[in-house]
Amino acid sequence: MKLSIERAALLKAVSQAQSVVERRNTIPILANVLIEADGDTVQFRATDLDIEVVDKAPAKVERAGATTVAATTLHEIVRKLPDGALVTLTADSASGRLTVEAGRSNFSLATLPKEDFPVMASSEYASNFSAPAPMLRRLFDKSKFAISTEETRYYLNGVYMHVSDADGGKVLRCVATDGHRLARIDADLPEGAADMPGVIVPRKTVGELRKLLDDDEMKIAVSVSETKIRFATPDITLTSKVIDGTFPDYTRVIPQNNTRRLEVDASEFAQAVDRVATVSSERSRAVKLQLSEDKLVLSVNAPDSGAAEEELAVAYGDETLDIGFNAKYLLEIASQVDRENAVFLFNSAGDPTLMREGNDTSAVYVVMPMRV
Amino acid sequence: MPTLCRDCLTDFNTGRRCPSCGSRRVVSHPELFDLTIAHMDCDAFYASVEKRDDPSLADKPVIIGGGRRGVVSTACYVARIRGVRSAMPMFQALKLCPEAVVIKPRMEAYAEASRAIRAMMEELTPAIQPLSLDEAFMDLSGTAKLHGAPPAVMLARLIRRMRDELGLTGSIGLSHNKFLAKVASDLDKPHGFSVIGRADTQAFLHDKPVRLIWGVGGAAQVSLEKAGIRTFTDLLRWDKEALVARFGSMGDRLWHLARGEDHRPVSAHEPIKSISNETTFNTDTNDPDILDGHLWRMAEKVADRAKAKGIAGRVVTLKLKRANHSSLTRQVALRDATQMADTIYRQARGLFDQLGDEGPYRLLGCGLSHLCPEGEADLSGDLLDPGAVRRAGAEKATDKIRARFGKDAIVKGRALR
Repeated sequence: MKLSIERAALLKAVSQAQSVVERRNTIPILANVLIEADGDTVQFRATDLDIEVVDKAPAKVERAGATTVAATTLHEIVRKLPDGALVTLTADSASGRLTVEAGRSNFSLATLPKEDFPVMASSEYASNFSAPAPMLRRLFDKSKFAISTEETRYYLNGVYMHVSDADGGKVLRCVATDGHRLARIDADLPEGAADMPGVIVPRKTVGELRKLLDDDEMKIAVSVSETKIRFATPDITLTSKVIDGTFPDYTRVIPQNNTRRLEVDASEFAQAVDRVATVSSERSRAVKLQLSEDKLVLSVNAPDSGAAEEELAVAYGDETLDIGFNAKYLLEIASQVDRENAVFLFNSAGDPTLMREGNDTSAVYVVMPMRV
Repeated sequence: MPTLCRDCLTDFNTGRRCPSCGSRRVVSHPELFDLTIAHMDCDAFYASVEKRDDPSLADKPVIIGGGRRGVVSTACYVARIRGVRSAMPMFQALKLCPEAVVIKPRMEAYAEASRAIRAMMEELTPAIQPLSLDEAFMDLSGTAKLHGAPPAVMLARLIRRMRDELGLTGSIGLSHNKFLAKVASDLDKPHGFSVIGRADTQAFLHDKPVRLIWGVGGAAQVSLEKAGIRTFTDLLRWDKEALVARFGSMGDRLWHLARGEDHRPVSAHEPIKSISNETTFNTDTNDPDILDGHLWRMAEKVADRAKAKGIAGRVVTLKLKRANHSSLTRQVALRDATQMADTIYRQARGLFDQLGDEGPYRLLGCGLSHLCPEGEADLSGDLLDPGAVRRAGAEKATDKIRARFGKDAIVKGRALR
C-alpha cells in the first residue's frame, strides 16, 4: 500500500476514527486503525466493538492495500505535522512497518495484520431515512444531559430514539432520563422513518455522532434495526450497537396536571441559580424556590459555609409554593432554553416539575424536586 | 523494681507476693508507673456474660455462635482448652467439644455490659478508642495528677471493679504505644496485666513472628514470607525504602513497627466507615426466594443501624459466599445517599440480579459505606419509581411502630421467607 494525502484531510479522517478507540485496551488490535487504500480514496476504520466508524478521504493511491497502525500514535503524528504538508503512507509488508513521510519528517510505525481487525458485521436495517443535521443535533443536544451513568439501570445509559404520537401527529422523539430529570425532544418525522423500531442509542455513540452534525447543510442517512443504528454522511459512516434493554414507560413520568405556572427569563433565572449555589459546596447543592405572586426568591442555605438569596421578578399567579431542586439540574434544564421564556409547571413540593420553552411542547423537561 | 498488687492496689518495691494482702497477683516492671497507653480486652466476653447471667454454665464449655453452620464467635476458656477457637466453623468446634453448650448471641446483653465497662473507662480518661464491644484503647497520659495515682494503678482498679461490680474479667496491656499495648494485653490472658516498656521493646519483639502485627493476616503473611520476613528481626534487616518499594504504604508502617514505634494516637472519635451485616445459612441455597428474604433482613438491619446512628451511605454492597467459600462482592454508588431499608434492599437486589452466578451460596451480606449525615440523605425521589415515596412513608411509619412495640411488632412478608 502506498498513498499520498493532504495533511488536513488526513487529520480530519484520523481524528474522527481515533476518538472511537478506547484509551485502555486489552486487545491490541482494537487500539489500531485499519487503513484501506483503493482507487482514489483511503478509508480509516476504527472500532471498540460497540461502535465502528469508517472515514473516507480522497487520496492519490499509488499502490492499493491495507494495514493497521496504532490510532492515537498516527493521530498525534499527523496533528504535529505542519499545515499544508503532503503526507505519504507506505506499508512495507516485508518489515511489517508503515512509513509516514512528510517533508523532512519520517516515521516508521509497527503494524498488525489487517486480517486481525474486527469488522462489524453488516446487518439488515428495518428503516432507512434521511434527516437534516440540525434536526438530529437538536434532538440529541437537548436530551443528552439527562442520560444516566448508573450501571444497574443500564437501559438508561443512552437516548431512547423512537417514533411517537404527539398532538400534531407522529414525531421522531428522543428521551433520556436518569430518574432525577428527564428530557423529551420531538422533531418532525422524516419521510421513511415511520416503521423505525425504537432504539436506545448509547451515550458514547451520541458523543461520536455529534461530530457528524456540525454542517447545517448536511443530510444524514440514518438506518435503524433492532440491534444497530447507523448514521452516514458521504465521508463518514458511524455504526453502533444499541443498548439491549427496554426503556421504561416514560409517559407516566411526565406530569399532566401540573397547574401552577411560573414564567421566567431563562438566562436571568440560570444566572441567579448559579450565583446563589456558589455558597454551597455539597455534592448536591439544593436551591430553594419560594414562589409568591409575581415574585420568585431563590435561596441556598448551607449551614457549614453560608447562605444566599436572590429575588427575581417573574410571572406567577398561583398559591405560594416552596420547593427545592438540585442546582445543577435546574441549571442544565434552564440552559436548554434558547428562544423564549422558561415556563415551569409545578404541582407540589414533592411532585415532579415540568419545564418547557414558552408553549412549545416539542421539548419538555421534567425534574424531581429535592427536600430542603 | 516498681511493683503493684493487682488485688489491693498496694505498690511496693520488688517481691513475688504482696506485703500488704499476701496476694501473688502482682505486676512488676521498671517502667510500670511511667507508661500511659493501655489496651483493655475482656476475657471471652460473650461467654463470660452468659456464664455470669446463668451460673449453671460456670464449669461447662460454652460456645457463642449462630447455628450449626455458623462460626464460633466466642468460646469460653473451658472450651478453649479443648481446642475451640473463635472464627472456627461450628461443626469443627462441636467435633472437638461435643458437649459444649452453644448459645445464640444476645447482642443486647453484651452491648449493655459493654456500656457499663465503657462508663468505668470514661472515669479514667476521655481518650478511649473502642475497637469492639469488648476491647478498647485508652490513653491515660496526664491523668496521674487528677487521679492521684499512675495509670497502672487506675487500670488495675478498673479490672477489679469490672470483676466486682459486673462479674466480668479483662486483661490489660500497658505500654508506650497502641501496637505494643494490644500485643501486651494478649500475653497473659485471662485476667492478665502485661507491660512492655520502652527499654525492653526491642528485646521483646526480636524473635516474635510478624503476624503479631494487627492487620497482618494470612495474605500479608504469605507476601512477607516470600520476602523472607518471618520475625521482627527479619524485618529489621530491611531499610525503609526497600520495604515501601515492596509493600507500599504498609512497608512504611512495618519499618516503624519493627522498631516498636507506632505513632497513631488513641482517637476517641474514630469515624465509622461502613455498616454491614451478614448471615450464614443453615444449608447452602440458590433459591431466589430464600435469598431474597435474607437480603431484605440484612438490608433492614443495616438500615436500622444507620438510622440509630443518624447516618446514611452512598454505596451499597452485596456480599455472597459460595458453597466452596469463594466470595463475591458487588457495589453500587447511589446518586442520593440513603438510610432506607427499601432503597438498600432494591439496590442490593439489582446487584444480585446482575450477578450472572449460579450459586449455591452459604452466606449473604449487605453493607452501606461512603457514609454521611442523615440530613444529606434521601433528598430526592426517583421519577421512574413513583411508588418509592409511598414505600418510604410506609417504612417511616413501620419504624415508629417498631420503636414503640419492639422490632418484630411489624415485619414485611418478605422477611418471613
